[in-house]
Amino acid sequence: MSRSVKKGPYIDPKLQSKVDRQLKSGHKDAIKTWSRRSTISPEFVGTTFLVHNGRTHLKVLVTEDMVGHKLGEFAPTRVFRGHTNKKEAEKATSAPAS
Amino acid sequence: MPRLLGVDIPNNKRLEIALTYVYGIGHTTAGKVCDALGMDRGLKARDLNEDQITAIATHIQKNYAAEGVLRRQIASSINRLRDIGCYRGMRHRRSLPVRGQRTRTNARTRKGPRKTVAGKKSVKGMK
Repeated sequence: MSRSVKKGPYIDPKLQSKVDRQLKSGHKDAIKTWSRRSTISPEFVGTTFLVHNGRTHLKVLVTEDMVGHKLGEFAPTRVFRGHTNKKEAEKATSAPAS
Repeated sequence: MPRLLGVDIPNNKRLEIALTYVYGIGHTTAGKVCDALGMDRGLKARDLNEDQITAIATHIQKNYAAEGVLRRQIASSINRLRDIGCYRGMRHRRSLPVRGQRTRTNARTRKGPRKTVAGKKSVKGMK
């Protein structure tokens, strides 16, 4: 179910204050954040975020199109490198034994 | 058979049904179109005269996104998702289910026909 419009979009208060501070000072440093659940509001456009993906922080430059999405949508948490084929799988199992 | 909005050729069906052959017009919208133009919903499509057809066409074009316009709208919103590099866009790019469905089994609509991998245990066997 989607969030009630009455409440407005969710933005982590801490992240909001970080953005506000940056807008006031005019600095253009990347903002490090773990708050993947925060909605991207229009004033975020042009700022760079370092969004945590569970392991590292990925650089996300916010553009106008991204408004309304969540920060987490831009930092994938899973890496899929393809399925192992049989030969590779055998190598992987035999290697630790030797 | 009359042509409506380019390619669509509704047949000998009742008007409210015939209109649903247009991409983007379902039963509800078809009914609304008939009512808005004061046409009988039960009128057969073949009995329509030229004026009525153009009236329907202009009414649909003015008030609803249908056919090419709608297709372009959908394609552009999908392309937007692809371009901004978000999760949903990624799923579209890889042609996997976008709305969090399981992919261990099923998801054949998005993935296409099964590609059997030699030597892989069957799904029934994996438990």
